[in-house]
Amino acid sequence: MRPERVTIRVRRGGIGEPDRIEAFDVPYREGMSALDALIWVRTHVDSTLAVRYACINANACKECTMRIDGRAGYACTARLDAAGALVEPLDNKPLIRDLVTDIVPPRERLAAHLDDSGDDRDGSGRP
Amino acid sequence: MAHLRTDVLVVGAGGAGMYAAIAAAEAGAQVVLADKSLVGRGGATIMAQMTVAAAVGEWRPDHWTRHFADTVAAGRGLCNEELAAILCEEAPVRIREMDRWKVGWARENGRMRAVAAPGHGLPRCVYVDFLNTGPAVARTLRGRVARAAGVRRVSGLAVLDLVVHDGRVAGAAGIDLEDGAPVTIAAGAVVLAAGGLTRLFRRNSASANMGGDAYALALAAGAELVDMEFPQFFPIGHLAPRLVGMDPIMWDPFRYKLGGRLLNGRMEDFVENYGARDSGVYTAPRDITSYAIVKECEAGRASPAGGVFLSFTHIPEPALRAAFGPVIDRLAANGIDLTRRPIEVAPIAHYHMGGIRVDARMATRIEGLFAAGEAVGGANGANRLSGNAIPEAFVFGERAGRFAAEAARGGSAWRVGDAGRAADFLGAAAGRRRGGAGLGALWAELQALMWDRVGLLRNGDGLAAGRARIREMRRRDLPALAPAARRGFDPALRDWFDLRASLAAAEAVALAAAGRRESRGAHQREDYPETDPALARNQIVHQEEDGALVCRWAPVVGAAHAPAPPAAAE
Repeated sequence: MRPERVTIRVRRGGIGEPDRIEAFDVPYREGMSALDALIWVRTHVDSTLAVRYACINANACKECTMRIDGRAGYACTARLDAAGALVEPLDNKPLIRDLVTDIVPPRERLAAHLDDSGDDRDGSGRP
Repeated sequence: MAHLRTDVLVVGAGGAGMYAAIAAAEAGAQVVLADKSLVGRGGATIMAQMTVAAAVGEWRPDHWTRHFADTVAAGRGLCNEELAAILCEEAPVRIREMDRWKVGWARENGRMRAVAAPGHGLPRCVYVDFLNTGPAVARTLRGRVARAAGVRRVSGLAVLDLVVHDGRVAGAAGIDLEDGAPVTIAAGAVVLAAGGLTRLFRRNSASANMGGDAYALALAAGAELVDMEFPQFFPIGHLAPRLVGMDPIMWDPFRYKLGGRLLNGRMEDFVENYGARDSGVYTAPRDITSYAIVKECEAGRASPAGGVFLSFTHIPEPALRAAFGPVIDRLAANGIDLTRRPIEVAPIAHYHMGGIRVDARMATRIEGLFAAGEAVGGANGANRLSGNAIPEAFVFGERAGRFAAEAARGGSAWRVGDAGRAADFLGAAAGRRRGGAGLGALWAELQALMWDRVGLLRNGDGLAAGRARIREMRRRDLPALAPAARRGFDPALRDWFDLRASLAAAEAVALAAAGRRESRGAHQREDYPETDPALARNQIVHQEEDGALVCRWAPVVGAAHAPAPPAAAE
């Protein structure tokens, strides 16, 4: 028997905030992924839910890495069944907000590459 | 405030952006390679599990002029022949370069293996097994970029506006998505390599980044777009059952290699009823196949999920496994056994033929502003030949990087005060709402509107209504939904800027589609079903000071010299 809806529970919160679990009921579709459910929530219920993804379901971008029922994995390839799922941010990466953690390799971070102020007087880099 | 200075800024780090960064660095330029996602993982290239067209000529004797002839024929009279000739002539050079960089093109008896694909006169499409072309290409280029001297890679940086002085680009402004803070970048030249706009359509094969950013940036900077009425719909995108961890356009190579039957909801062959030969092999052009499927569904003969069936049940399992190896197991994990049941497919927005108008140097009419990859318009005319997207990323990326490095030697036109002014627009765009509630609904509405009114089968009334609603969204709804600027990662802020770009791109598509009163290639008008020989011209779109988009006609650009195969190739 196919369920009509399935519940996805999300651990939410930002840096320095107490975290909380929020539950969302989403329409069930055979074979759907945890990311499908999260995208549905962002589109129809709460667009402030922070989750990062690019490729949607090609298992290519690696941005939707999170914990699903306690295990680290990709939300785009984790199938939901009638029991739903608990999704949480990775616990071994710095939290940014909700399900988003800092997964950017150190050498690709903006902070590693900053120059001077953009309003230097003569373009020389001197303020 | 966060600031970067560089010779060349490359916006978008897929295949084209990475190739541009490598070429610019090789030409001696300092480069910033920026992407909204992770460098080398967020574009369309990595998702391409398919094949790469190039007249390498190892598998069968070939010559680039034959590839050119096939490209121009597929483009239905609208190809910019100068760009198409560059694409076809330089594709084998880049394929061999990638080979030296150990991408791993499939080989048989030492020769680079090539397969047939629709529209090509001979087997010309190289690939990496199994369905691994895009990931292998992305991995190879990521490695080259990481080793290139003078390339700074920045992941999670959204470039939102270009700074232009007196017709010359000076740099850009954006936000660091990690914390919402403004970032400015002074640059001698900028390469727009942020891909196409397939995300605008409800059914698409896109990554979430294919929302038309490059087109919106180009329009706002004063550059022109060409052929915007031509989004390509891939005819047999995966529809059901839900497939995760695989590219929704993966069925094409199955058809190349094995043949696959398209059947309507009554399990009847139908493609040949629409004037294309498709018996047993996959030879029907993409535009005709898409049209046939939509018409079959309209006639009430759709499969349960609203598409048609694609069946391989006539292929023995050993043949399937020999052709696709471990992919068969990945399908099994998705509950799909091709020997027992057909899957359901439907057209899906896949690529954009239109894009930024450039010359042979990949230069726009704004000095120092270049484009590369899918963001470029013109080479593919009204219908892109299968396999031409990845070589376009390589060839146009390499050229854009090389010529941008040259252009950047004059230094940057960045001025005192630019950083402050550039950051101000972020503040001005921000509204009072917290969280940007309603953005999700507006996104969904835009995707539905583009699919229903500006999609595969168009008519004048639908286009007019669609365009009016897009303009209303741009001018009224979007400003009213501006989220408050606040520090910290804010998905609503990104959504809002994404939507701002997508609405500009959507309006350009609807405007050009309304203007082309004929059917040609990927542009099919129910009210003008015939091709009008007088309209073998391109439409050019630019943006006025007040944000209004304006369209005009221009003659098709011919090849600088008429490409003809050498006698030996005949």
